[in-house]
Amino acid sequence: MRRVLIIGATSAIAEATARLYAAEGDRLFLVARNPERLAAVADDLRLRGAGAVDIAELEAGGVEHYESVVEAADAALEGFDTVLIAHGTLPDQRACQSSVKLTLRELQVSFLSVVGLLTPIANRMEARGRGNIAVISSVAGDRGRRSNYVYGSAKGALSVFLQGLRHRLAPAGVQVLTVKPGFVDTPMTRNYKKGLLWAQPETIARGIVRAIERRKNEVYLPFFWRYIMLVIRLMPQAIFNKLNI
Amino acid sequence: MSGDRDYLSWGRFPRAHQAAVRLRWRDESLPAPILGSTVLPRGAGRSYGDSCLNDGATLLDVQGLDRLLAFDSDSGVLRCEAGVLLKDILARVVPRGWFLPVTPGTQYVTVGGAIANDVHGKNHHVAGTWGRHLLACELLRTDGRRLLCSPEQNADWFAATIGGLGLTGVILWADIRLRRIANPYIDTESVKFHNLEQFFELSQESDQGFEHCVSWIDCASTGKGLGRGLLNRGNFAAADVEAAPKTPSGTLSVPVEPPMSLVNRLTLRAFNTLYYHRQRREQVAATVHYQPFFYPLDALLRWNRIYGPRGFLQWQCVVPPEDGHAAIAEILSRVARSGAGSFLAVIKVFGRLPSPGMLSFPRPGVTLALDFPNRGERTMTLLAALDEVVDQAAGAIYPAKDARMAAARFRGYFPRWQELEAYRDPGISSSFWRRVTED
Repeated sequence: MRRVLIIGATSAIAEATARLYAAEGDRLFLVARNPERLAAVADDLRLRGAGAVDIAELEAGGVEHYESVVEAADAALEGFDTVLIAHGTLPDQRACQSSVKLTLRELQVSFLSVVGLLTPIANRMEARGRGNIAVISSVAGDRGRRSNYVYGSAKGALSVFLQGLRHRLAPAGVQVLTVKPGFVDTPMTRNYKKGLLWAQPETIARGIVRAIERRKNEVYLPFFWRYIMLVIRLMPQAIFNKLNI
Repeated sequence: MSGDRDYLSWGRFPRAHQAAVRLRWRDESLPAPILGSTVLPRGAGRSYGDSCLNDGATLLDVQGLDRLLAFDSDSGVLRCEAGVLLKDILARVVPRGWFLPVTPGTQYVTVGGAIANDVHGKNHHVAGTWGRHLLACELLRTDGRRLLCSPEQNADWFAATIGGLGLTGVILWADIRLRRIANPYIDTESVKFHNLEQFFELSQESDQGFEHCVSWIDCASTGKGLGRGLLNRGNFAAADVEAAPKTPSGTLSVPVEPPMSLVNRLTLRAFNTLYYHRQRREQVAATVHYQPFFYPLDALLRWNRIYGPRGFLQWQCVVPPEDGHAAIAEILSRVARSGAGSFLAVIKVFGRLPSPGMLSFPRPGVTLALDFPNRGERTMTLLAALDEVVDQAAGAIYPAKDARMAAARFRGYFPRWQELEAYRDPGISSSFWRRVTED
């Protein structure tokens, strides 16, 4: 039985992942912003077989509560061994370009808050000398592009932070997994036109659970994004500039 | 427009141009239509015709409302959101000794869809329709109003919503009373009948001692063999079942749509004849898992693709018991003569328990369901002729399966349609509803 802490538990990918753990009878601690939605997800997971489900409300901007929430989760789970951080927003790039406040808020939610939460989580796991940390970053962090580089830079910074954390925690035997989903059909992307490359949250969830089990460092989901992003990263800037992506 | 996925009906006919928005949380306000001026709540899209389509307007996909909320394993009352699939309910409650009170022939329908079509199953003669086991539900109207509906509270709304084709508002969650079982197994018997007369006798006899009863008819057979087939009956097994049957393993899927229908005159006759003769003995008994018993077709996902790009039409009628025999014989001989056949002809005698919905389809009599590959005008002409027989017998056609019945006929079959129209949310409509109510 795993003891799983999920932050951003009402996101579509997190909820789908939590159902996979619930079906195995694992114990869960869920953190999210909206109390009614959190309660709905928790009720469902209990009925789907979770060993126990506890919840805590947290705003991504509520820096002063990060440590206490992590502590509460650790106490309720009697030591979490698996952590999934799944919260984030997808801002309107154009709106960010004309608003300093919006741009900084985006970096706060998608990057700084994750770093803030990972700090006490990593310390506890390092001290115990075991555990798995999975964090949802994005393919958008692999190369900045004009259509969403504010989001991309938050995720890119996050990916680098996770690289460093992985390096630090490797001797302690703690896994740090960077999850890089491509296009996922969720409420976050509701305004996008969907095509062949789009995946369902359940598919991403299965990929996350598998990558945690295999103690991977980084996973592109679905797998083909590894190759798409390889091409995008290697493309000379002169050609890249001509692409409207 | 996020008209991203192809939102087809199960019959893949007709096709509609529509946009889609989604609902994932009960506390959300309803999104506005992004095409046209109405939305239509949509579950798993298992209605066959156009009652789950909203041509020129917007679908409201509620499959994200798929949470189980509470379950009392003493009383068997389950509360869940309306987008939950019956399959997900069974997965959780069967191990705890409970089963759905009523189930249609597939577990890939949502709770909301089961309410909106007041579905029936093989136990209609003892349990009636789905709506009889619904204790309460909450409706969210497009003006933001929320209505708790039950037989005691907003009883008129409750009756309008059961069988209300999703038009009275968005069903957010429901309370359902489940049925106790000792284990997931069914003691079944499959009995041959050689003609329609034998079917009626056998059916009447079976309804006495069996909770579940449904029959398959070989509709390619004519003359003396008109109406021959196999009757399938069963009861949930007792606690002390000797050898537990195998739990069915996995499913297959029809991976692509073939360029033409695989169902034609030749394959129909071959399939029907083989199916009838596969069972050599007059009667075969077995104890089986509930899945192959209730949901034989669920083993082949996306089976609706075998009819090719033009899709297929399902046609289900009910005719009152008095004229049942003659009308069914007339329908079967017309189908056999046309050569149009039907892969799966399913027949059952409904019981007398009243359906609680204003527009519920089930009523006392015998119900027959047929499917036909869509061959355009030829198929439409045949189905209109079958409607005529149903009309003569004062029967009715099932809206959940219909894509083409004449408006005048619908109004005759469902005389309370204007009452439902008064309860319809002005922001909700469907292709079906416009077709049968607008002049």
